[in-house]
Order: sequence, then structure tokens, then C-alpha cells
Amino acid sequence: MSVFVTAVCAAAVRAGTSVLFATLGEIFAERSGVLNLGVEGMMLVGALAGFVTTVRTGNPWLGALAAGMAGGLLSLIHGVLAVTLRANQVASGLALTIFGTGLSAALGRGVIGVPAAGFHAVALPAISRIPFLGPVLFQQDPLVYLSYLVVPAAWFVLYRTRWGLDIRAVGEHPEAADAMGIDVARTRYACVAAGGVLAGLGGTFLSTAYTSMWIENMTAGRGWIAVAMVIFATWDPLRAVVGAYLFGGVNALQLNLQAAGTSLPIYLLLMAPYVFTIAVLVFATRETARKRLGAPAALSVPYSRTG
Amino acid sequence: MIRARARTEPSPWAVVAVPVISTLGAFLAGAALLALAGVNPLVAYLDLVSDPFGSVFGWTETIVKAIPLILTGLAVLLPARMRLWNIGAEGQLQLGAIGASWVVLWTPLGHTPVAVPALLLAGMAAGALWCLIPAVLRAWLNVNETITTLLLNYIALLLVDYLIYGPWKDPASRGFPLSAPFPPAARLPALIPGTRVHLGLLLALAAVAATMFLLTRTRFGFEIRVLGDNPQAAQYAGINLGRNILLVMAVAGALAGLAGAGEASAIAGRLERGLSPGYGYTGIIVAWLARLNPLATAIVAVLLGALFLGGDGLQISLGLPIAVVSMLQGLIFFFVLGGERLAGYRLAAPTPRGAAAAKSR
Repeated sequence: MSVFVTAVCAAAVRAGTSVLFATLGEIFAERSGVLNLGVEGMMLVGALAGFVTTVRTGNPWLGALAAGMAGGLLSLIHGVLAVTLRANQVASGLALTIFGTGLSAALGRGVIGVPAAGFHAVALPAISRIPFLGPVLFQQDPLVYLSYLVVPAAWFVLYRTRWGLDIRAVGEHPEAADAMGIDVARTRYACVAAGGVLAGLGGTFLSTAYTSMWIENMTAGRGWIAVAMVIFATWDPLRAVVGAYLFGGVNALQLNLQAAGTSLPIYLLLMAPYVFTIAVLVFATRETARKRLGAPAALSVPYSRTG
Repeated sequence: MIRARARTEPSPWAVVAVPVISTLGAFLAGAALLALAGVNPLVAYLDLVSDPFGSVFGWTETIVKAIPLILTGLAVLLPARMRLWNIGAEGQLQLGAIGASWVVLWTPLGHTPVAVPALLLAGMAAGALWCLIPAVLRAWLNVNETITTLLLNYIALLLVDYLIYGPWKDPASRGFPLSAPFPPAARLPALIPGTRVHLGLLLALAAVAATMFLLTRTRFGFEIRVLGDNPQAAQYAGINLGRNILLVMAVAGALAGLAGAGEASAIAGRLERGLSPGYGYTGIIVAWLARLNPLATAIVAVLLGALFLGGDGLQISLGLPIAVVSMLQGLIFFFVLGGERLAGYRLAAPTPRGAAAAKSR
């Protein structure tokens, strides 16, 4: 395996990790029947909270904690509007993204250009020396390793626990779930909050691991790409890995082309991840229709006993 | 726990009270966040109000900001009437500016008396074509238009960057990413001499009237409304969903494109970055606050235009980023969404796909 391919694959994992966290989070929210289009806003606020905390404390783990909390808190606004007040979920999610974008820019104006001691790559003992897989997967920074744990954990929770069964029931058929004694609102709140925490982690990955700086709007649409990747993943945490790393791969390739001094204009290369995501969405829509793997039946439908 | 109880009819006071109380609530919450950002909220709000409403010049500048917002508001409103989310007005606006700039800078029309109509038409065509991409994907392949319209915004902004850093860069701009300036013949005329209020105001108001006419007096408008109210019944009645998706999205794109052509021609006088501080996204809020009523769109656009103008002032006086405006807009949107539900009236559209089917079950 050539050095170049290994380097691109390692970069793909790195570049895909923030989308991976956010996609896993949105899978939880949507599985419970709540569409949250506020991912972009939650990621940005998470990125800022993580960055500022890392700067103040010098500890990126505290930053990650703060980012998760910030994302979770922000998602509760969507919870109140979408679950309790049964407002239109698309509108509420858009409001969250608009708000989060503005809030992070307003609060972050003081830390632009400030350096932070973020995460560094740590080679794991032994397994990092496996040819190809070692440098690609196991010479990354700790948040990437955390994502390796979150993926199987998310899958296990959704498919192998009582709680996951409840989530899926609430997302597919809330009336039946309610009749079975599952608290629909509480389940949805928990899933929306989990989505917020993971989006926050995806954000802080960008500001304390992928780079070590805060830039206004630094997510650059990754929250929306995550929403698209949920469809590509057919709401399955394991398949989310494929989508996120494919996005990461396209991103890594275009960065490599830029660095190699290609004659292609940089701004056209920068379009690649977005064009790719639209293509993926088209493919995923056709596949899900063909295999009849639809969205959770109650997705974006508010629930109340009175109807 | 708070529970929203459905009322059978909206109480009459709610129609006015909800937006007013919601906005007050949003500004209160915003005050707390401004304080957190290290700014005295009283000083900030005083600036925010004094700039747009404190002088005749302020009023005219508010109108200048309202012009693109009316158009992007309509660009969101029309598809929303048939339950489509166009959150790509920002990108369609950029394409409008590109289309207009192309006619002015790269065809012989730029220096002729027909430059203005030509650039407006080109802007509308470019916006419409851009919006047809997600429309075709939705109509033919059933691809979710919410995500595609949004992703295309990023691509459109990069396209502007590509042009102004690359092939359209003005050699005389000393390295700045700007296109060549538009010649005088290609500048939209001022409507009120001595101000920046331009012909776009009349076009935007004409668009409001045309949208009202379209929705209430034409077969197209009738089909849109039926598709929005009951998509299944509409299709049984032989209304072609795909064709109407393409049409409504093309019109929406053209409206947003017109906004972009106006900004490039009347305000900037060239293609450049930052032609829009987020007019496309704000269009979503304009349409929602107007409850998808075209006439109300014009009024809401003036209010949110004032907010943008106030935001400009805050940038200068307190060094706050223009994004503070997004923060306040987001808060207003939250409070209105919550307020509507608490007051017990719900919007007729747009509910997401499938909601109607679920309700009828």
C-alpha cells in the first residue's frame, strides 16, 4: 500500500470524525421521531464552548465536556419547541441553526486568533504498528478513539437494549409505544439531548483536534452534511461510519490536490464535499426507496394523546 | 410540565399579540446573551433602534435592506405553500448576482440603455436555474429538497469566490477579490434622489402583488394550494405534482435571483463577497412571521430590515459581528414558534411531508 493512500485514508478518518459524531447524534434524535435541523448550530456552539474551555483550563478533555454540555443544552430548546409545544420541527431546527450560528459568532469574537493546547495524536501501543490499518486508524487523536467507542455503543443501545427498543418504538409508532407505557416525551427529550451532546463533540473536534483555533462558521455546513448522512446511513450507526469517512475522504483528497499545487482552482475543489454530499443523498434516496428502508414512520410528526 | 392545548379557533388578540410578545421576549433573552458577550445590552439596543428609525436617512436605509428581504421572503413562501422548504434563497440570490454581472461585464449589453432590464432578467434566470437543481431532484427522484437547497448555498458562495478571485477579477482592483465595477448604464436607478432606495423597491412590491394574484387568481396558484392542503387528493384530481414542483421552485429561484441582481447592480455596483449578510436565511423567518401571507411579507421584511441596519450600526459602534443579528433573529423565531403554539393557533403550511397522512390516519 503506497504511502500516499495510507496518508489519504488517515486524513479521511480525521476529516470525517466531526461529521461522524454529529451523524450518530442525529440518528438518535430521528430514531425517536424528532427531526433536528439545528445540528449545524449545535456544532458551532459546541466548537466554541470546547475551544474557550480548552484555552481557559488548558485541558481539551474539559473542553470536550463543555462542548457536549453546550450542545445538549442548546438541543433542549428544540426539545421544548418540538416535543412539548409540538411546533413545526423543520422551522424549529432552522431557528436553532440560525441562533447557534449567531450566538457562537457573537460570543467567540474575543478568542479569534487565540492559540489553544488542543488534542494531539497518540499512537496506540502495538496496534498502531499494524501495516496500513495502524497508521490509518490508530495514530489519531483521542477524540477519534472516542468515536470508535461511540459507534458500537450507539449500535448496541439502539438494537440490543430495552432502551433502544423504546426509542425505535417511539419513532415508529408513538401511539403504540405510549399504550405500552413508554414515556414518549421523555424518550424524545433524551434522544434530542443525546443528539445535541454528540453534535457538540463533533464541533469541539474541529476546534480542538482537527485544528486548534476558533473561526466564525468553522463547521462550514458539516451539520447539514451530517443530516444528509443520516439518510445515507439508513438510520444505522454502523453505516454512519461509511458515510462520514467517505465525506472525509473527499475532503482529504481535495486538500491533497490543493497541496500538490493542481491547476484546478481552489474554490472549485472546495465545492467537492458539498457536491459529493448531494450525490450521496440522491444515491441514498434511490436505495432506501428500492429496499423500502424508509425513515422512522413518525419522523417529524409531533405526538400528543389527544391527536 | 407545560402542555399546549389545542384551541378550535385562534383568539383574535393572538394574531397581533403573539408576534409582539414574542419579539419582546426574544429581545429580553438577547439582552442576557449580549451581556454575556461583554456588551451593555441597553447601549446595544439603543444603537439598534436609533439607526433604523432615528432619522429620515435611517428610514430610507431600512427600506434598502427590506427590498431583498421581501423577495427572499416570497422565494420561501411560494414553495412553502405546497409544503416545500426552500432554504436555498441565499444561494439563489448569489446566482442572481452572478447572472446579472455576467450580462453587464461579459456581453455588449452592459453599456446600452437596455442594460438594466437585461441584467434583471439574467439574474432571475440564473436564480431560477439554480433552484431547478433541487427541484428536479425532488420532482423526479424524490430527494429531500430541504438539504439540497441548503447545500447548494455553500456551492453558490464558492462559485462567487471562484469568479472574483479568478476569471472575473478586476485587474484594477489591486489584488482585492472584486469584479470590475458596473458601468453607469447598468446601475439600477434611485427611486428617491439622494437616497439608496432603488427601483428594486417597486419590483419587490410588484412581486408581492404578483404573488398574491398568482396564489388567488390563477390555476397554478389553485393547484399549489390544493397540493399544499391535501397532496393525495390533489393527485387524484389529476394535478401534476412534479410539474408544479418545478414551476414553483423556478419562480422562487427567480425571485431570490432578482434580489441578488438588485444588490449587485444597485448597492455594490459589482460582484463581490458579502453582497448578502444572510438575506436568504432571513427570508425563511420573514415568510414564517408573515404566516405565508405575501402582503404581510412586505411588512415583516421592513422590520427585519431594520434589524439588519441596526446590526450594521452595532458593528461600527461596538465592534460586534453582524452575526448578532442572526442570534436575535433565531431568538425571535424561537419565541414566535413557541408563542404560536401556546396561543393555540397553528400554521396551515408547511408541515413536513407525511404529517398530513399521519394526521388523517
